[in-house]
Amino acid sequence: MNDTVLDVRNLRTRFGPARGGITAVDGVSLTLRRGRTTALVGESGSGKSVTALSIMRLIEPPGRIVDGEVLLDGQDLMRADERAMERIRGARIGMVFQDPLTSLNPALTIGSQIAETILAHETIGNAEAFARGVRLLEHVGVADAAQRARDYPHHFSGGMRQRALIAAAIACRPEIIIADEPTTALDVTVQAKILRLLHDLQQEMHASLLLITHDLGVVAAMADDVLVMYAGRVVERADVDTLFHAPKHPYTRALLACIAGVEDDRHAKLEPIGGAPPDLRNPPAGCRFAPRCQWADAACRATDPALRRVGPGQDVACIRVAEALVDA
Amino acid sequence: MDASVQPPADSAAKPFRLRWWRLTAFARDRGAVVAGVVLLAITAGAIFAPWLSPHGPYEADNLLRFAPPGTDGYLLGTDQQGRDMVARLLWGGRVSLAVGVVPTLCASAIGLFLGMLAGYARGIVDQVIMRTLDVLFAFPMVLLAIAIAGVLTPGVGTEILSITIVLIPYVGRLARTATLGVVSMPYIEAARAAGGTPLAIMLRYVLPNVFSPIIVYATTLMGLMIVVGSGLSFLGLGVQPPMADWGAMVSDGRVVLRRAPHVTVLPGALILIASLAFNFIGDGLRDALDPRAGRR
Amino acid sequence: MGSFVGKRLLGVLPVMFGVSVVIFVLMHLAPGDVATVLLGPQATEAAKLELRHALGLDQPLPLQYATWLWRTASGNLGTSIATQIPVSALVLPRFVNTLILTVASLFLSMAIGYSVGLFAALRGGSLLDRGVMSLTLIAGSTPPFWLGLILVLLFALRLRWLPVSGMVDMAGDGGVPDVLVHLILPAITTALGPAAIITRMVRSSVREALDRPHVRVARAKGLKRGTLLRRHVILNALPPVMTITGLQLGYLMGGALLTEVVFAWPGLGSLLYDSVTARDMPVVQATALLIALTFVLVNILVDFINVVLDPRLREA
Repeated sequence: MNDTVLDVRNLRTRFGPARGGITAVDGVSLTLRRGRTTALVGESGSGKSVTALSIMRLIEPPGRIVDGEVLLDGQDLMRADERAMERIRGARIGMVFQDPLTSLNPALTIGSQIAETILAHETIGNAEAFARGVRLLEHVGVADAAQRARDYPHHFSGGMRQRALIAAAIACRPEIIIADEPTTALDVTVQAKILRLLHDLQQEMHASLLLITHDLGVVAAMADDVLVMYAGRVVERADVDTLFHAPKHPYTRALLACIAGVEDDRHAKLEPIGGAPPDLRNPPAGCRFAPRCQWADAACRATDPALRRVGPGQDVACIRVAEALVDA
Repeated sequence: MDASVQPPADSAAKPFRLRWWRLTAFARDRGAVVAGVVLLAITAGAIFAPWLSPHGPYEADNLLRFAPPGTDGYLLGTDQQGRDMVARLLWGGRVSLAVGVVPTLCASAIGLFLGMLAGYARGIVDQVIMRTLDVLFAFPMVLLAIAIAGVLTPGVGTEILSITIVLIPYVGRLARTATLGVVSMPYIEAARAAGGTPLAIMLRYVLPNVFSPIIVYATTLMGLMIVVGSGLSFLGLGVQPPMADWGAMVSDGRVVLRRAPHVTVLPGALILIASLAFNFIGDGLRDALDPRAGRR
Repeated sequence: MGSFVGKRLLGVLPVMFGVSVVIFVLMHLAPGDVATVLLGPQATEAAKLELRHALGLDQPLPLQYATWLWRTASGNLGTSIATQIPVSALVLPRFVNTLILTVASLFLSMAIGYSVGLFAALRGGSLLDRGVMSLTLIAGSTPPFWLGLILVLLFALRLRWLPVSGMVDMAGDGGVPDVLVHLILPAITTALGPAAIITRMVRSSVREALDRPHVRVARAKGLKRGTLLRRHVILNALPPVMTITGLQLGYLMGGALLTEVVFAWPGLGSLLYDSVTARDMPVVQATALLIALTFVLVNILVDFINVVLDPRLREA
């Protein structure tokens, strides 16, 4: 039963001075279960990337993590010292970043950048690590891997670089893979292939995948569980089927209304969400989505809603939903 | 000392307009303002030397040679011929400052012209100009200055001439790079298509954008040239006695370094202060005119 | 890569050609008449004419230039007017001495610059960092000849720890330790300015490299801090640092010149100065040519090292 690999509780990360800074991640909790893919969805600025970086303890000044626990197999990563984190990063949690064009060191060969993950965690020789790197490169779908591993990043296309970065991230077979917008910077034709690659690798290693994205299409294709973030908070949490067929939070519903479905009438209007996300330096007192929500009332603007279970495996942070006044 | 003459690599890459309101940002940089005040004081001292110095710079009093600072009537002491140090420093400042500022201004004007010409015309004109400048670049700066100054008749004029010649390639190269940056911008294409003559385009579009990095660079160069110029005088290749500038004074004090260090220490300190002031101002100008080039 | 070096070396030829023209023209602009200098103002016109003819000075200018160039290229650098010694014999030992001073100063400036610069970069924004930056500004504005004299005043005259000038102790038997002791003050004096520049460049380059995205990616792999700094920060910060360092070597030859005069160090710089003052043209020409050639070759070497360090440049 306890196949929870990662338990994040009440994570809070701030940027800037104590007075006037922003809380980019404001009390986020999530759970990753073995072998499952969890998607973290939200628009730019919702705090999803910062959440991932906070889990990895990769936040640097002027940012700092001010509260929360991140339990990896019972060990709280927030209390671990830097040495311990170095042992965990790459070995137990691997991360794939957004922009493959800038994520590789132009002065080192592709192969050595894959091998260095291995060398950081295992005591083996350079030659052997490099050979394993070549095999990994092959495994992620790069043809002629032995030759290409000796190339430099500027010889690789965007899609191939992302494959190489994925190879480096999974080189030590981590239990958790965090992928932060892995396909956003890639051509559409390449996106599907990379996502498929991530999926296959995850299945093969029986790892947990935390997929961060703003693209609902990606969520539908890949995720088992979904968390929707808005203005630094989680506003809805459900499994993927429930989310797409029975979304409850007004923001989630609005998001889904933005995209066209295959069955929709081609002349139906796309409904954008009016307004803009709140300025996090001065977040509204009550529900953060209230200014843009068509069902908001005075109570919404006054009280900050907490996540509440509203259905089997579905949590929503909305007073109106909790009161079952909004039509499901 | 010499290698700081090279302009920073990115200074020409992003052309921008000289905006006068940006100079108010300069006023907020305290270091630069203090430096400006110091420089003003030194310059004023040099200009008003005849009225400020208690004695004449050539008045020698053989009985009072090497008087230490604090001697009655001689605030900073006297030199090897009994001449008042205060007077010598003030009058010497005229030459030292001139040797720092004048060649830089001349070289900047010429270098700006050549660089813009090369960058705008391209082709054979560009090649010829740059190859010629390359030849000058093949000499370490001090060497070239000494060679020129040493070969011609020594004097302040020669000093100024040699430093000007030495500086032209540096300014020229910067101006050319900046011009290339501007010329690749789409609005130049538009201006040409609208029928602008090359001269008009150069004056209206290229010049204002190239001006800013050149000004910043030139200010820093002035500080450096005060040092280089005084170096030439130190070697005897600049001013001739009895006229002296700070560099020559440092040289004069060499033989009595032990007995009367103030003869050497004081003028050198002034060179340092003046050069430092120019550097601060140059840094302040750079930060004020283009905040993107900041180092933080 | 071999073709890169080949092409660059080929490019040296036209530049050196231009350099030789400049030197030749400069020499002939010099006022004063060689014959008068050699024979004295009392000499007769006839004697001067004969000497000028013997020295080939009545030939048309281009012919004189060609003759000079040909002779220089084949190793005949002429004879010093002042000392009547063949110039090549004069110049070469001095070249070695200057090389010693220049290389020592370079290493010193690199040692100071890299360590202090890295130190400041890793503590960016702190008081130490800003203190270091102010110090570099002061060091870069200090006239080296004055600094040299101050050091001599302090360490040689007042404290008597170090020798005042020269390369070896005349009364002693020489040897490496003696040279080293004499090298200390001149090297510090020459190294200070370049050290300041290198420090600033290292600091800004490392700060910039620290901000690059691939550093965070490397951290996410769990690399240890030392490995991370080495492979992903310092390696990437090197190219501009190498360029600046290489530039220093060439400029140091010029800066060492003033130091040589202050410390009476028997190198090319003091030779150039002495011969310029004495109007000993063959020596001036040969020295200037040699310094320029070295400078140009050093710059090519620096470009070559840059290409080795940054693979992206190889195709350019």
